[in-house]
Amino acid sequence: MNFVTRSIFELQETTVMTARAVTGVFKGPRYFAETIAQMDAIGVGSLTIIMLTGFFTGGVLTIQTFPTLAFWGQQGQTGRLVAVSLVRELGPVLTALMVAGRVGSAIAAELGSMTVSQQIDAMRALGTDPIRKLVAPRMLALLITLPLLTVVADVVGIGGGGFAATSLYGLSFNEFLTSVRDGITTDDILGGVLKPTCFAVIIGAVACYKGLNTEGGTVGVGRSTTRAVVTASIVVIVADFFLARALQYILGMPAQ
Amino acid sequence: MALSATDQHVSAAPGQVSRNAAGSTFAEVDDSHRIVPSIEFRDVVLAFDDRVILNKLSFKVLKGETKIILGGSGGGKSTIIKLVLGLLKPDDGRVLVDGEDITDYSEAQMVAVRKKIGMVFQEGALFDSLSVYDNVAYRLHEQKLPEDQVEPEVRRMLRFVNLEDAIDKMPAELSGGMRRRVGIARALIGDPKIVLFDEPTAGLDPPTARTICELAMKLRDLEDVSSIFVTHEMNNLDYLCSEYAVVNEEGQVVFEREGERLCLTNSKVMMMKEGKIIFSGTDETLRKAEDPYIQKFLRGH
Repeated sequence: MNFVTRSIFELQETTVMTARAVTGVFKGPRYFAETIAQMDAIGVGSLTIIMLTGFFTGGVLTIQTFPTLAFWGQQGQTGRLVAVSLVRELGPVLTALMVAGRVGSAIAAELGSMTVSQQIDAMRALGTDPIRKLVAPRMLALLITLPLLTVVADVVGIGGGGFAATSLYGLSFNEFLTSVRDGITTDDILGGVLKPTCFAVIIGAVACYKGLNTEGGTVGVGRSTTRAVVTASIVVIVADFFLARALQYILGMPAQ
Repeated sequence: MALSATDQHVSAAPGQVSRNAAGSTFAEVDDSHRIVPSIEFRDVVLAFDDRVILNKLSFKVLKGETKIILGGSGGGKSTIIKLVLGLLKPDDGRVLVDGEDITDYSEAQMVAVRKKIGMVFQEGALFDSLSVYDNVAYRLHEQKLPEDQVEPEVRRMLRFVNLEDAIDKMPAELSGGMRRRVGIARALIGDPKIVLFDEPTAGLDPPTARTICELAMKLRDLEDVSSIFVTHEMNNLDYLCSEYAVVNEEGQVVFEREGERLCLTNSKVMMMKEGKIIFSGTDETLRKAEDPYIQKFLRGH
């Protein structure tokens, strides 16, 4: 199979698997305990790196934009710029990329190891559908936790931006917060939560598909893990472009 | 002809005598249901891209029979087992389990069929994140059975494989042989009437391999289980084709060798090469076969 044929085939197989996982969420047997465990591993486990990423991204946004805004006498708008950038774009994308790296790799490696050691076959032989048992809880956990993690990243990021603005440039924190409140609209927040929902499906589907289709022993597990992270990251960034444009139409955000 | 029981070997693992063994009568032999093979392949063809794995394969495994499938690596032996379980679908031909044509069954339909089948994987394929208890209890937990029913069943199965002491251990703490035996206990939970062994002794030391074969013999002779035993190790063939399990007067399971002229073991041998059956019959006729490949396989050179 050449690259194009293989890509189309993988897209088809990933879509079928995702559809079966969605069906698995609504039809029994349901795996609540597994879903909660995955939410803990994905959500709580990723909290530290997401907070760190958010804080320093907000801080660096202030560092990069404050001097330019000050040049035009608009330093009071720093909070608006940081908040809008984070909520609309950087929060969802950076959180998704961090989760793709941390969680996507873990899912692909775990499922890949299970595949090469015949645990997936054993599961099927014992009458369990691996899509329902393994894929559905992971995707559901990602769907719930990724938007929440994004909100955390946004809030901590704004905090980081405020910290840099006050400690490095002497801007009052109240002034910063006021401009944040003035800058963010409900549509921004809605868009900032819709995006990670889509990214969660992408990361879950890609990581599970790559893991379940691992071949070639332990070397194959490494290969699947790398491919899962690279593919998920690229698809997230590409999808972000189209989502941003789509949200401008759907939510009536300013396109020009 | 009297049975020559000179080479008697007492099982190291005191097995539990099943109702089947205790209540075996001639009525069982006359049961018309027993005529239906447990597993049947009809002209099964399977290819991966241009590579033909199985080429018009046809065979039957009768009730209570052990079919030993021999052959070199890559000959399609393990593929047969995956087809029986519905993990793979044939390109052509039919696969029947207990007379039921499962060839076109969906994943959901296969769940009911798989409940009748136990599968022992090459490396055990235990779930790393679950303890021995949870591994063996997996099928029962999935059926949401209450714990007070699950535990006695798990302990019974672990006793059968002589591993009750390892009930709380994790798979990583077990040796290769113990992992296979836990795999056997997991496969046998729910008392399946068909058990599939995929090279269960590969890489094991001879005494442990012997223990695995004894478990297979006990299933065949005392539990009336039909099985496919995929292997390429000749000592497995010797054990499974020349010995049988009985319960002695003390209630212990012992293994006796069949006589010179009396064949008491319900094992048949099938040898495969490049996706085709090149031999099917008893071990005695296999040893007399003149096919150079078979002779080379038997002698090892």
